[in-house]
Amino acid sequence: MPDSKGRFGLHGGQYIPETLMNAVIELEEAYNHYKDDPEFNKELTELFNEYAGRPSNLYYAEKMTKDLGGAKIYLKREDLNHTGSHKINNVLGQALLAKKMGKTRLIAETGAGQHGVATATAAALFGMECVVFMGQVDCERQALNVYRMKLLGADVVPVTSGTATLKDAVSECMREWTTRIDDTHYCLGSVMGPHPFPTIVRDFQAVISRESRAQILEKEGRLPDYVLACCGGGSNAIGSFYNYIGDEGVHLIGCEAAGRGIDTFETAATINTGKLGIFHGMKSYFCQDEYGQIAPVYSISAGLDYPGIGPEHANLHDTGRAQYVAITDDEAVNAFEYLSKTEGVIPAIESAHAVAYAMKLAPTLDKDKIMIVTISGRGDKDCAAIARYRGVNINE
Amino acid sequence: MSNIAKAFENGKAFIPFITCGDPDLDTTAQCIVEMQKNGASIVELGIPFSDPTAEGPVIMEASLRALTGGCTTDKVFEMVKRLRTELGVTIPMVFMTYANVVFSYGIERFCQKAKELGVDGMILPDVPYEEKDEFDAICKKYDLDLISLIAPTSNERISMIATEASGFIYIVSSLGVTGVRSKITTDVAALCTAVKSATNVPCAIGFGISTPEQAAAMAKNADGVIVGSAIVKIVAQYGKDAPAHVGEYVKSIVDAIK
Repeated sequence: MPDSKGRFGLHGGQYIPETLMNAVIELEEAYNHYKDDPEFNKELTELFNEYAGRPSNLYYAEKMTKDLGGAKIYLKREDLNHTGSHKINNVLGQALLAKKMGKTRLIAETGAGQHGVATATAAALFGMECVVFMGQVDCERQALNVYRMKLLGADVVPVTSGTATLKDAVSECMREWTTRIDDTHYCLGSVMGPHPFPTIVRDFQAVISRESRAQILEKEGRLPDYVLACCGGGSNAIGSFYNYIGDEGVHLIGCEAAGRGIDTFETAATINTGKLGIFHGMKSYFCQDEYGQIAPVYSISAGLDYPGIGPEHANLHDTGRAQYVAITDDEAVNAFEYLSKTEGVIPAIESAHAVAYAMKLAPTLDKDKIMIVTISGRGDKDCAAIARYRGVNINE
Repeated sequence: MSNIAKAFENGKAFIPFITCGDPDLDTTAQCIVEMQKNGASIVELGIPFSDPTAEGPVIMEASLRALTGGCTTDKVFEMVKRLRTELGVTIPMVFMTYANVVFSYGIERFCQKAKELGVDGMILPDVPYEEKDEFDAICKKYDLDLISLIAPTSNERISMIATEASGFIYIVSSLGVTGVRSKITTDVAALCTAVKSATNVPCAIGFGISTPEQAAAMAKNADGVIVGSAIVKIVAQYGKDAPAHVGEYVKSIVDAIK
């Protein structure tokens, strides 16, 4: 848990303009009021179960297990959620909270478009106005999700500043929020930004490990040895880890996007290549140059293409409780194809980073070991981009 | 009393801002010379940051041009040294940049160097009251003023911020990011009254001010006026020929508020 100033060890805090301070204080007060409120939790659970299709399955990937010949592999199927990813968990929680706070408008950043689609969905459901900021580059590589958001009634604003990707979309959201605070909630999509966002998003995503813990105990009668999840800002990873943090025997592994490799500049592997800094409202690790200028990161995965990582992950790294590995574009694309062919599950290219590490790790482990790999989203949105990566031209 | 506070002793203060390194640091230095010559009281030197979340498009684009042109924190320090030792600039100078620029340089190393070269303070728009101690403790050690900001949304936070402020208080005139506005709708008079009832530290208003008329109206409520984007726009328009135009503009504002 963070301390009273929103710190996880060294990391976290509230590095934002004075204009936004009362907004985050108001949010913290509202969250503290509602988080243990039985009525709020009942409504949220109902939304999770009746609307989003939870609990998500914990699926034994038998063919993959046998093929890799080592640890027993389970997939936590967040790809089966309504809207196709774990993002809906956080969004339903925040939208419900925003509604209780009397807000009528949601703004959100999005990288791959999954968080934008989830936010647009919740806004449609709750009858709220919705504006999604998305980097111009991402709008192009995730055109289908742009259309989905518009279909759901959201305005999509392409962001052309900077690298025109996720970090610029976050910056633009922060700018927009300082312009219009009264009726607007910033529905931040990851465990990042100023306190209390890393805690709020973590709590709403913790449903992933709350379920998987109960599911694995029921299926195997014991806890897993490894939990793997892809990690950009880190929301599905923290959700996958959270209820195991106290269980020392459970190895927690976050899989970062190495892009073209951590020895190149075309990478987004923050823990592996970044250093301590202050950006987007938080102290954490960031890819940056010697003068603190934020690096123009790269990954094939728009959802992991971010130069920072959430403060709780930074602290889990510092304390050694979790380990963060880097997976290249090539490895992720291979895993994307492998899981599709082996299990008939097309994972999001983000999630494929976790699958890729499972493919490396599982064969090195004994058959009595158990591994849970979170499939954070489904890969339909990525098919055109992966086809292009393989030199196949398809019309979406 | 700090040099910054002293700059408010001769009538209303005018505080122009400039993005360092746009189009190059020589031009920036000449602009600052012109600012002093035409009556600026304090000058705000923007050290460019890659992702300036409190800025509108004008300063954002200028920052990007400066960084693309090779401007770095060390090169800005070298320019400051020239301003103080060769170019005769004696008015107070404050850095305006983002937390990560100072943090990555090393807060202590940054402050020590700034003081050594004759800088008087700094403004970090992404360091609010809750996070200031980490920076302010070292600023105090080197006798630098860490300027506090107060926004239209600050409300009950005003007295808490104002009582710990030093140098001057930067009153943010409007919601949103920096940039020229045709109209400022905040009740600036009420905001200034609230600040003044909590502290004797002088206050200056910035965000959205561009014309002499706006500056004159703002100066009625506050001790000083800050203009950023309007000046950065002039630099963008005239490039290396900007210094004379910037000087002329500064004079028009100084005349309007005196």
